[in-house]
Amino acid sequence: MRPGGSATPPLSGCLDTVDRAESTPEVAQPYAELGLKPDEYARICEILGRRPTSSELAMYSVMWSEHCSYKSSKVHLRQFGDKQPEGGWPQLLVGIGENAGVVDVGDGWAVTFKVESHNHPSYVEPYQGAATGIGGIVRDILSMGARPLAVMDPLRFGPADAPDTRRVLPGVVAGIGGYGNCLGLPNIGGEIVFDATYAGNPLVNALCIGAMRHEDIHLASAKGVGNLVVLYGARTGGDGIGGVSVLASETFDADGPAKRPSVQVGDPFMEKLLIECTLDVLHAGLVEGIQDLGGAGISCATSELASNGEGGMHVHLDRVLLRDPTLSPEEILMSESQERMCAVVTPDHIDAFMDICRMWEVEAVVIGEVTDSGRLTIDWHGDRIVDVPPRTVAHEGPVYDRPMHRPRDLDALAADDANALARPHTAEDIRATLLRMVASPNLASKSWVTSQYDRYVLGNTVLAQPEDAGMVRIDEESGLGVAVSTDCNARFVRLDPYEGAKLALAESYRNVAVTGARPLAVTNCLNFGSPEDPEVMWTFAEVVRGLADGCLELGIPVTGGNVSFYNSTADTAILPTPVVGVLGVIDDVERRTPMAWGPDGEIIYLLGDTREDFAGSEWAHVMHGHLGGVPPRADLARERLLADIAIAGSRDGMLTAAHDVADGGVAQAIVEMALRSGVGARVWAPDQVTDMATFLWSESPGRAVVVVPRSEEMRFTAMCAARGLPAHRIGAVDSGLGADTGYADQQVLQMGDVVVTLAQIREAHDATFPALFGA
Amino acid sequence: MPRVVVDVMLKPEILDPQGRAVMGAFARLDVHGVADVRQGKRFEITLEGEPTDEVLAGLHRMAEELLSNPVIESYTLRVEDAQ
Amino acid sequence: MKIGVVTFPGSLDDRDAARAVGLAGGDAVSLWHGDDDLKGVDAVVLPGGFSYGDYLRCGAIARFAPVMRTIVERAGQGLPVLGICNGFQILCEAHLLPGALTRNDHLHFVCRDQRLRMERVDTDWTNSFAVGEEIVIPLKNGEGGYVADDATLDRLEGDGLVVARYLDVNPNGSRRDIAGISNPSGTIVGLMPHPEHAVESLTGPSTDGLGFFSSTIRSLVGIGS
Repeated sequence: MRPGGSATPPLSGCLDTVDRAESTPEVAQPYAELGLKPDEYARICEILGRRPTSSELAMYSVMWSEHCSYKSSKVHLRQFGDKQPEGGWPQLLVGIGENAGVVDVGDGWAVTFKVESHNHPSYVEPYQGAATGIGGIVRDILSMGARPLAVMDPLRFGPADAPDTRRVLPGVVAGIGGYGNCLGLPNIGGEIVFDATYAGNPLVNALCIGAMRHEDIHLASAKGVGNLVVLYGARTGGDGIGGVSVLASETFDADGPAKRPSVQVGDPFMEKLLIECTLDVLHAGLVEGIQDLGGAGISCATSELASNGEGGMHVHLDRVLLRDPTLSPEEILMSESQERMCAVVTPDHIDAFMDICRMWEVEAVVIGEVTDSGRLTIDWHGDRIVDVPPRTVAHEGPVYDRPMHRPRDLDALAADDANALARPHTAEDIRATLLRMVASPNLASKSWVTSQYDRYVLGNTVLAQPEDAGMVRIDEESGLGVAVSTDCNARFVRLDPYEGAKLALAESYRNVAVTGARPLAVTNCLNFGSPEDPEVMWTFAEVVRGLADGCLELGIPVTGGNVSFYNSTADTAILPTPVVGVLGVIDDVERRTPMAWGPDGEIIYLLGDTREDFAGSEWAHVMHGHLGGVPPRADLARERLLADIAIAGSRDGMLTAAHDVADGGVAQAIVEMALRSGVGARVWAPDQVTDMATFLWSESPGRAVVVVPRSEEMRFTAMCAARGLPAHRIGAVDSGLGADTGYADQQVLQMGDVVVTLAQIREAHDATFPALFGA
Repeated sequence: MPRVVVDVMLKPEILDPQGRAVMGAFARLDVHGVADVRQGKRFEITLEGEPTDEVLAGLHRMAEELLSNPVIESYTLRVEDAQ
Repeated sequence: MKIGVVTFPGSLDDRDAARAVGLAGGDAVSLWHGDDDLKGVDAVVLPGGFSYGDYLRCGAIARFAPVMRTIVERAGQGLPVLGICNGFQILCEAHLLPGALTRNDHLHFVCRDQRLRMERVDTDWTNSFAVGEEIVIPLKNGEGGYVADDATLDRLEGDGLVVARYLDVNPNGSRRDIAGISNPSGTIVGLMPHPEHAVESLTGPSTDGLGFFSSTIRSLVGIGS
């Protein structure tokens, strides 16, 4: 490999070395411009016993930023670790703190998954922001030792008809597709939600799942004194440096640095090579520790690897291969150039490691070695520019317990009862409402988006959107598979953060269970406004408390996740949006329960209890522009029971189809199942519900629509009765309804007195996205 | 150092959806009087030495075999005055 | 029957093509792009994906790979070759098939279950089908629009070299709804949709894709060509 790129060492005397820092304590440093508070700067000086060099300042400023250090959220996130059953979680192999959590799924297989955010970059540059979001999460999964298997994209945008949404949404979708498709990862699910509070701040969260054998799990630690630290992948350029450039100007002469891009640009082809190269070196047993380079690039990778390992590392920064020879050392340290990984390799394995990189045409260079000094030292052409205790950079950043108070408008919001809103009663009004609801942006068909994603690559996708959960087969011999769903009704969270968080968890849990998979683990992406706003902070704390309590009650751990703060449109915080991802396992994917019912005669059941629950519902939003009232209380014992029944029903072949009931209520569930099947049905409200609008659009949790073949009906209802799960017979699949209702030769959906053809529903449902975003 | 620039364009009879999309954007951005937009590629090739006949012949071959697909594209090649 | 599946940097559907070969009863042999040795295979599949990131043009760089030198030579001697999606693009760039693939006319990547009509069934890759048979296999591409000048298109039609045509919806603007073509002797077939994703009802819209792979095994064994 060639020695470090043609970087030009700056004039000596201008380089801010450790020696210079020691001898010039009076130099004023732009720590505020880098986002550090005076007390944080003072603490750095205290840790080092002198002022930091400009490189050290750059490292601390980024590693101690909210995004990297979790300083505002740590005190609350502790609950995920603290609230666990006696003896811990049996399925958890790697918990919070690593790049991604890992769970045991049986047969010696382990699965790793995680969801992360890339919100702000996607507003600036939708395509690249979203693309690099996918790139980042895939590398996290790869660095655990897993082959990435699938991706999902929970997305949120401003109002669907806003001009800026037309700028952002197509770019984000093209970026996710462009990057994910080129990597060869099927996109198996996601969400698209529109709300005014996201108008200036779209949420682009990305999830990745990977699988490996237990013995292949790798951690990000640098162990073994004398082992080599290798940087491989794309060359380092000026991506994502942004504010750190202010340091570069200190060490440059009159010519100054070239303009530094603040947007990272992704190269999925390079990442594909990186994946194959990394899996080969891992399987050849050539790697002791591995870390991907994400936010804060080399600073982060080296300080984390050193911190987790022996505690010491020495790096020769000038060996880093550069795309841009004008970069200063500070900029190299902070660069967020994509598609780079860092591996720790023993000296006797390095040649084999390099051979594999060469075969894949991936550049690699040894940039340092593991030491037992307890310090992370970085040299630039022989001059020491960094000498820090790595734990203080990577893990011992500031921890804040920010002031919080309950939002002052919560009581007023709760009193604004959504159940008092005017409801449709006549068949005509209900029919009109139905057509308007299924065409509304949050409920309309998303296939304009999802058809831009490859769902087939790798040949193991068993369920993908619009199904409740994405499901992939992990083992082609045994049929072992996993299912994942991501969900969040942010309106519920706004109205009652604690219950809303539990409801998000419940929905994701339910979506996995209705496909027949047993929920095992949780990841989350907590998207919130500013932590400096006490109302946001209180909401965050309540959400974490609700999630932690909910996970304990459901018996599934949070294995990792991400916090994204400072999301707002002008001065208005986004709706608090804790996206919850649940992963489940299924022994044999052949037994899965899809959402399409069969050709004829099967019976449709509504499981669970329906109440007047319009607060925070899609119906209240679409028909009345209303957000208020008291959302339903999560009943996690009921969710567990519902899940058990759905899983048993799937495993024992009692169910043709199942679909969870959530946004848009039972009406939406029935419509989606009918459209998926292409066959009509007759549906009526159960005795417990007297009002048709409640039956169709209430959003009580703990419910699912299931379809049972006549031959299984008795067995299934007996099982429900024995376990105490209400099961209401609400309809039958009927392909001949058209003739009875004056629509000969057509498939028809009859709900109570309302009759509508599938063609009419499909037209309304399918037209929205193409009309908004272009065919 | 001398530079050779190769411009590659789709042949006129080939549909250019990207060019069409760009033209649509002109109209939305209130720029009028545009009859057509075609999108192509430009390769800037910096030479180590002088652009001799042999070097240029090699570049022409590259332009025909690699930089463009003659089934659907045509190219022009010119030597730029050294800076 | 040994069927080689080439892996270029960026190939994605090579594993799936190998799986399809196996399910059809053949032995899939992995061929590395940088190695000109075809390891004695009886036929070759150029799989889908984004070889070399689709840089420059789809397939433009892959076409110069060492393995391709041998494949072009052996194809001239009758070696059966199937190019799927990116593989079809490579076959066109290598001039083993006429025409070219361009950006989808609507500018989006599209992944959909596509209905096709099989039109030429006496090739090494399509002899399991009946003329006019309608099948459903996944299509997924951003640069799938088949183009050629009118004289070439007329020749393809006139000589019966069109292997498959899009039904219901033309997903990418291909001229004359052409989804796949062949060389006159029927040993080389280029196909835009992905038969390797329609080999198991669990993971695909049908098992119609198996026919492409079992066809070549039949013809290699000497059945019905």
